[in-house]
Parts: sequence; C-alpha cells; structure tokens
Amino acid sequence: MKIAIASGKGGTGKTTLSTNLAHFLATSERVVLADLDVEEPNSGLFIRGELQLREDKFKQIPHWLKEECSLCGNCQKVCNFHAIIKLGKQIMVFPELCHSCFACSELCPAKALPMLPQKMGELKHFILAGIDFIESKLDIGQEQAVPLIAQTWEYVDAHFGNDRIKLFDSPPGTSCPVIEATKNADLVILITEPTPFGLHDLKLAVETMRELKKNFAVVINRFGIGNDDVIDYCGQEGIEILAKLPNDRRIAELYSRGELIYPKIPAFKAELQKIADYVLRLQIRSSK
Amino acid sequence: MKEIVVISGKGGTGKTSITASFALLGEKNVIVADCDVDAADMHLLLQPDWHFSEEFFSGVAAEIDQGKCIKCGKCANVCRFHAIPVIDKKYVINNLNCEGCGYCYQICPRDAITMVEQNVGKWFVSNIKTGSKMVHARLRSGADNSGKLVAKVKNEARKIAEKNGVGWILVDGSPGIGCPVVSSLSGADLVVLVTEPSVSGLHDLERVYELTKKFHLPSGCIINKADINPEVVGKIKTFLQKENITHLADLPYDETFTKAMTFGKTIIESGESEIKNTLQQIWKKINNLLTDEREKS
Repeated sequence: MKIAIASGKGGTGKTTLSTNLAHFLATSERVVLADLDVEEPNSGLFIRGELQLREDKFKQIPHWLKEECSLCGNCQKVCNFHAIIKLGKQIMVFPELCHSCFACSELCPAKALPMLPQKMGELKHFILAGIDFIESKLDIGQEQAVPLIAQTWEYVDAHFGNDRIKLFDSPPGTSCPVIEATKNADLVILITEPTPFGLHDLKLAVETMRELKKNFAVVINRFGIGNDDVIDYCGQEGIEILAKLPNDRRIAELYSRGELIYPKIPAFKAELQKIADYVLRLQIRSSK
Repeated sequence: MKEIVVISGKGGTGKTSITASFALLGEKNVIVADCDVDAADMHLLLQPDWHFSEEFFSGVAAEIDQGKCIKCGKCANVCRFHAIPVIDKKYVINNLNCEGCGYCYQICPRDAITMVEQNVGKWFVSNIKTGSKMVHARLRSGADNSGKLVAKVKNEARKIAEKNGVGWILVDGSPGIGCPVVSSLSGADLVVLVTEPSVSGLHDLERVYELTKKFHLPSGCIINKADINPEVVGKIKTFLQKENITHLADLPYDETFTKAMTFGKTIIESGESEIKNTLQQIWKKINNLLTDEREKS
C-alpha cells in the first residue's frame, strides 16, 4: 500500500501529516516513511531514529576522453539539452543540464564519451520503533530533483514488501518532481488550507491527479481560518474530505520545535484517527 | 532597473502575501513577475485583467508513426526513462515519462519517430490594481521545463520595465532549490528571503541561502510568524549575522494576512495596522539596500 502526501501549495502541512500519520499508524502497523521533497526535506526534523545506512546517489554524466575524440561534433548534435558542446578543439560537458539519456555517449563513433557516475545527493535509512524512515537530500546546485526521487522510490520498492504501509512525503507544486513522486502511488492525499491560495492550488493538484488517473482524497489543514470555498469545491467535484485538522496556534508552536502534534492536541488526534482508519481500510482491502 | 527576487526555500512562509504587499507599496514603479509558475497565486491578490496571453512552447517529446514502425524495439531498448512501453503489440510513447532527449529518434532505422514541440503552458501580461503591470504564467499540470517558463516571465517583465521606464521588478519565486529557483535568481540584484522560526524554516533557509551564495547577491531576510518560537528566531538571527544577510524585520503570527487574502486583498489595503507599518519600513530598507549597492558599483 503506497500513499503519497502531496499539495499544490507549499507549507500546507505535508510534513506535519506525513510524520504524525507515520507515528500514529506505527502503533499497530509496520510503516515506511520516505521523504521525497529532496530539495527541502523536513520529515527528518520530526522523526528521529537510528541511522541504518547512508549512501551517495549518483547520476550518469558523459566524461570526455580527449585522446579518443575525433572532434566530429556528433555529441553536440544529438544532445537536446545543450549539455554538451564542441568549442574549438574542446568538448565541454555541463552536468547540471544533462538528463543522463546516454545518447551522446552511445552514439559517439570514437567511444570517447563514457558515462561516469556523478554525485547528486544522498539517501539515509533510519530505523525506529515500527518505522523505517528514508530520507533523500539533493546536493545544493543540483537542479534536477526527478532522478533522485526515482532512485528513492526504487530503494523503497526493493527493500519493503506489500505488507507495509508506505507513506511518501512529496514536494509541492504540480510539475515534474510531483509527478515522479506520486505516479506509482495507490492513493494520493492532497492536503490544503481553506484559503483562496489553498483552493487555487488544490484545483491545480486535482487537475494533475486526474490527468495521472490517480485515486486521491483531500485533507483540510488549519480548518477554521479562511472560508468554506474548499469544502464547497470538494462537494461539487465529488472529492472525499478525509479529515479537517484544526487551526490552532499551539500546533504551529509544536511544529516549530520539531515535535509531534497528536500526543498533545486531542482535537488533532481525533482527525488523524479518521485518516488512519481510512488508510487501514484500504490496506485490508488491498491485501485481500 | 533593479530586480528584487523573493524566495523562501520552504513553502507557506508568507512569501506571496508579502511580495504582493510590496507591489502595492511600490505602486507604478514596480512591475511584478510571478515566477512560482507551477502554483502561481499572486493574481488572487493583485486582480489582473489578463490583458494579453500567449501559449508557451518548450522542449520536445517523441511521437511514433505506427505506419512506418517495423517493431524492431531499438527505441525502447535505448530509452533510459521507460517511456516506450509495448501496448497491444505496438511501441507507444508514454508522454509523462518522455524526457525529450531524442535518443529514440536518432536510433530509429525507419525514421518513424519525430520529436514534437510541447505546449507547456501559457504566460500573461496584465494590468493590476496598483496601476502597474504584472507578468505571470500557468504551467500545464505535470509539464516539464518550469525553469524555461520562469526565464520567459522574467524576460517579459524586463522588457516592459525598460519600455515604460519602471525602476523595479519584483519577482515572486517558487519554493525549493531546483531549476525554477535557479532560474528566478539569475540576473537579480537583491534577494529577499522570507522565513519562519520553525526547525523546517531554518533548515530550508540555510539550504536556499547556500544556493543564493553562488550568485553573489546582497540579501535581506524577513522572519515571519516570529512570535511562534523565540528560540529559533535567535538561531536564525545568528545565521543571518554569520552570513552577512541584512535582517529586514520580524513580522508576528497574525491571521490578518489570511483574512485579507479571503477578500482578495493585501494587508496594505486592510486599514492601518502594526504589520502595515512594518511592511512599509521593510520596503524602505529594501530601497536603501539597492541604492547602497548602486553607490558601491
């Protein structure tokens, strides 16, 4: 059972929900939580555990062998990303533009462009009671989050079976990193705020999920501020609202210190229970 | 003409609400560029008239002509992105996975593959309620190339500013540290970082500033919701000092921002308040920072 927690707008509570839900479910289930917001991963500030493994993650980049090169310029011609150019008697590679498609390398008649790994980030695997926590972090200056998100999914798929509940804390937005983070999920939980910004970005996220043909549902965070437009919208569109997490300054304070919310705020816990029940029902159905 | 870019690393710190307030304060001397193209919200506060719009094409994706395809499978073999599955005994392109690298196009022995330019969104120029103009965009959901669309929005904003002799471009950036953020930063004169005093806010601020440093830009920081956690505020201030970032101001945790937003307004239009005064002072400080820079150079 794979559940991605996503949102159009940033700062609506993806990490709060992911980390609290992971801990809450872990009292009865074995849970995996993966932080796929590799540009700005935050779940690790709320989940502490014992470091099990740390590994560098690489992407493949062409490496120019001057001695072998005939300077034919084919590499530059086949690269659609302007990541490799011929400048006089030099071939220059721009790793941040390279998408690792291998075309320049494999189509090089002189075999002068072998692909070599270049570090783009790291993955850490922590273990704590009932939870395996996987965190990937992109190196600063690396512009493409997608390859690291893809490798993190691969890691989770390779290490954990279907008996686990797997939660994926996704990046904000609706562009390529979000697609990569959510495309293999069985369920996407979209978390939003009942404000004009929240509603606007929720609509974009819903559009994206429909395009991906994903099963999705909504959680409203900071319920009590703003207005009822998000509820009305979900009603009109037939979108299920799983829970309404309360607006409470104490929640913002707990979050700011890196603490879990539900052990201290009963109203939050009651709503979290609804999400957990929903997830557990799906889990039972999917394992049948 | 000077360009101010507002970013935050973390989402939801109040970046857009604060940027829109500056747009109100700068009035006709500010062109706004909403560069958070995959979740653009600025228009909800500035009431654009969507005066001009144009489709935006960028990047390519493969298409297979089934009439020419001999099903040799070479294309699927070389594709690193699992974008050419076999469905009903036919090789087809999975558009979501296709990166547009064109390797399949290069290798196809029958020229059955063409690379087709992609419509990835739309961009707009609008008149806004400040009496000035705004350039904004809408990335198609799931589209690639958001960095290119950001560059387009910024370039158009520059053109308008030049043509109309407008002094400032105010750029609302996107969260994160990836390609759209890099694209928002290029060519900027000043970076304004909006953060909040939470463990995440500080963590994301440190990361986005690492990136900002590579651009060698003067930077200022606003600590929003400052009364939520004085201890982290202290840590943020130490960080700002160490990195020589100007501390512009602290703003309180205040739901007035949200209330104003509900009416499509900025806090500047919502009557006299302490926050309004603070924002006016920040705007003055930003102006001074840029004037100092001009004198230095």
